[in-house]
Amino acid sequence: MLIKTIFSGFGGQGVLSTGQILAQAAMLQGRFVTYLPSYGAEVRGGTANCTVTISDEEIASPIASEPEFVVALNQPSFSRFQNLLHSGGFLLYNSSLVEPSFVRGDIETRGVPITELARQIGNVKVANMIMLGAFIAVSSLLSFDRMLKHLPDILGAGKAKLLKANQEAFERGYHFIEEHEHGD
Amino acid sequence: MNKKLMYGTHAIGEAAIQAGCTCYFGYPITPQNELPEYMSQRLAEVPGGVFIQAESELAAINMVLGASVAGARAMTSSSSPGISLKQEGISFLAGSELPAVIVNIMRGGPGLGNIAPAQSDYFQATRGGGHGDYRLVVFAPASVQEMADLTFHAFDVADEYRTPVMIMGDGMLGQMMEPVIIPKPRKGKKMPEKDYILTGARGRPARLVKSLILDTKDMEEHNWKLVRKFKRIEERETRWEGYMLDDADMVVIAYGTAARIAKGAINRLRREDANLRVGMIRPITVSPFPVKAIREAAQTIKDFFVFEMSTGQMVDDVRLALEGQGTIHFYGRPGGVVPSARELGRSIARRYYQAIRKRKQ
Amino acid sequence: MKKVYQRPRSLRDVPMHYCPGCGHSIIHRLIAELLDEMGLRESAICVPPAGCAVLAYYYLDIDMVEAPHGRATAVATGIKRVRPDNLVFSYQGDGDLAAIGTAEALHAANRGENITVIFVNNAVYGMTGGQMAPTTLSGMKTTTTPAGRNPRSEGPPIRVCELLQGLANTVYLERTAVNSPANVMKTKKAIKKAFGVQQKKAGFSLVEILSPCPTNWRMDAVASCTWIDEVMAREFPLGVIKEVPC
Repeated sequence: MLIKTIFSGFGGQGVLSTGQILAQAAMLQGRFVTYLPSYGAEVRGGTANCTVTISDEEIASPIASEPEFVVALNQPSFSRFQNLLHSGGFLLYNSSLVEPSFVRGDIETRGVPITELARQIGNVKVANMIMLGAFIAVSSLLSFDRMLKHLPDILGAGKAKLLKANQEAFERGYHFIEEHEHGD
Repeated sequence: MNKKLMYGTHAIGEAAIQAGCTCYFGYPITPQNELPEYMSQRLAEVPGGVFIQAESELAAINMVLGASVAGARAMTSSSSPGISLKQEGISFLAGSELPAVIVNIMRGGPGLGNIAPAQSDYFQATRGGGHGDYRLVVFAPASVQEMADLTFHAFDVADEYRTPVMIMGDGMLGQMMEPVIIPKPRKGKKMPEKDYILTGARGRPARLVKSLILDTKDMEEHNWKLVRKFKRIEERETRWEGYMLDDADMVVIAYGTAARIAKGAINRLRREDANLRVGMIRPITVSPFPVKAIREAAQTIKDFFVFEMSTGQMVDDVRLALEGQGTIHFYGRPGGVVPSARELGRSIARRYYQAIRKRKQ
Repeated sequence: MKKVYQRPRSLRDVPMHYCPGCGHSIIHRLIAELLDEMGLRESAICVPPAGCAVLAYYYLDIDMVEAPHGRATAVATGIKRVRPDNLVFSYQGDGDLAAIGTAEALHAANRGENITVIFVNNAVYGMTGGQMAPTTLSGMKTTTTPAGRNPRSEGPPIRVCELLQGLANTVYLERTAVNSPANVMKTKKAIKKAFGVQQKKAGFSLVEILSPCPTNWRMDAVASCTWIDEVMAREFPLGVIKEVPC
């Protein structure tokens, strides 16, 4: 199985770090993985995206021309990357910022109000972790329990202070999908 | 051993440190800035570590020359326009037979071009680049792991043959992260003694390292000496990877990022169409070029599909290797465009069936 | 009988290729004498220039590495950072240091590299046949300024010591000449001081030496020496330009 996911949004929304955390988690769960960020002028323009490829065998191309998943944290990403999605692919979006208009008929979509959920936790900075939790729930790409266990290693000593908030956010996002099984 | 998720540029840096590189000199240019940034931090932790952000590429490569002649393992890195500036120094390193490792994280060109991944500097890297009659050893990694392994190896090759060695990657390989195991120094590895380095003429005759040879007969002999050395390197150091060649009746030839995309395309094609028997030869050293591998393949395979992220540079080496045997197909995406495996797969499949039709006629 | 004068150990016993009246041979000898006297021959590593003095390595019996034109201070930087205890000096002409190698010289000085630069200023490109150098005097005729250097279009001559003076990490800058016995002795003292500065690990030192080039100046040797006093030293005043106590 080879699954490609594009994470996209504004610079500063934690798009790249979310992709990196997923990639680290995949590596720790013994999977093949590549993480490919957009860089340079593209990043300086204010948008950011990265591609995470997770596979059970060696990954040839790290580029996603037809990703299975797109995670869009803002409106421009929602419009731009849904066109790339593989037919039958899944588009997870930040419903706090994205108005889900003009959606392709051959894909599934799901909104998560990550900004509101993050406010409930009391830390808007961990909104991206809510999205990552939700992504694990919809994709079943990695084991949620093992990922939760590895989170201290992944975030490292530098983020020890924020670990609790990140864990809470990750769980909140995961359970949000579980609790709202049939969408909103 | 523990794998670590690392950027390609950082993997190069850490592998260099593990190989005993104590000196880094560079000048900022995208998309390789993460490498000097990494080295500035790591070399501060290494005993005798030297990091200088030089005033120019010219200064940087000549600081490498100085550190090398003083006996240290030294490295510099840049991206295409900066590598052009380093050519003077690379020529002097080659002429003076001094080891050094030079990293080129290629971008689109010519001129300022752009900062997207490209393979535009193949000619420059494999055809000397600088002035004079010399060849550079050029490794073309295709993964973060290979960036680490080949960088580590490059320092040995540079020292063993007293030659500058280039690691030729591109923006994608530099910027992407993959799990990697950084090579560790092997104990007991014997390297030739550096009996040419400058330490001060204490208890021995004074040494002189230079590339100026005014006597034409001596200069001619020096040129032939460099040729003999490169022949030795060709015999012993040429590397390539074969992929799905056993049943193939078309071979894709690609290196670096392009080879990864080609592998993806081949996997996709073979999954979708069992009749499509395509394999790949991936040069890992593009200089020396794996001529033998291609000639051997040409004994049974007639169609060679060269794919490059350029308008076609390595294709010349394939043509030279084939010496008129077989048919060469070419697909190129220059300018920093990174095509998808799907796009490349379509092109390969089209040429494949055309070739089969032609053979039947 | 006691020997009072002999070839220094650091100078090879070979004839030099320099033109009659050229200052390089004097400067080579001064360096060789100092390396002997200071016990530095076995520690010294020299980076000669591209230019007339490129063949200095046939005359000085010490470790040497050739640098591309203008890059001597960058090469010296690399050597000195790896071997901080060796005496590392570059030997550069005016074109090498003040035209094609300005950036390297300026930045090595600004970093305060603990190296010494022997800067030979003879106001022309010697080896290539007498073209205009960055230090060519205003109005001076060269093969590329047949009507004389026009400071309005070609710029006035560059005073290297004064240019480097303002950089915080330059420690010792002196301008001397080798056109008279007195000046030769002063030059030797200056180089000695510069090597001493480096031995104390105090930072960047440079000695600029006004040196005759009779061939390209189209003068005889004696006239060249007079010309240094009467014309050149007015544009490039002799003396200590900067000395930071160390």
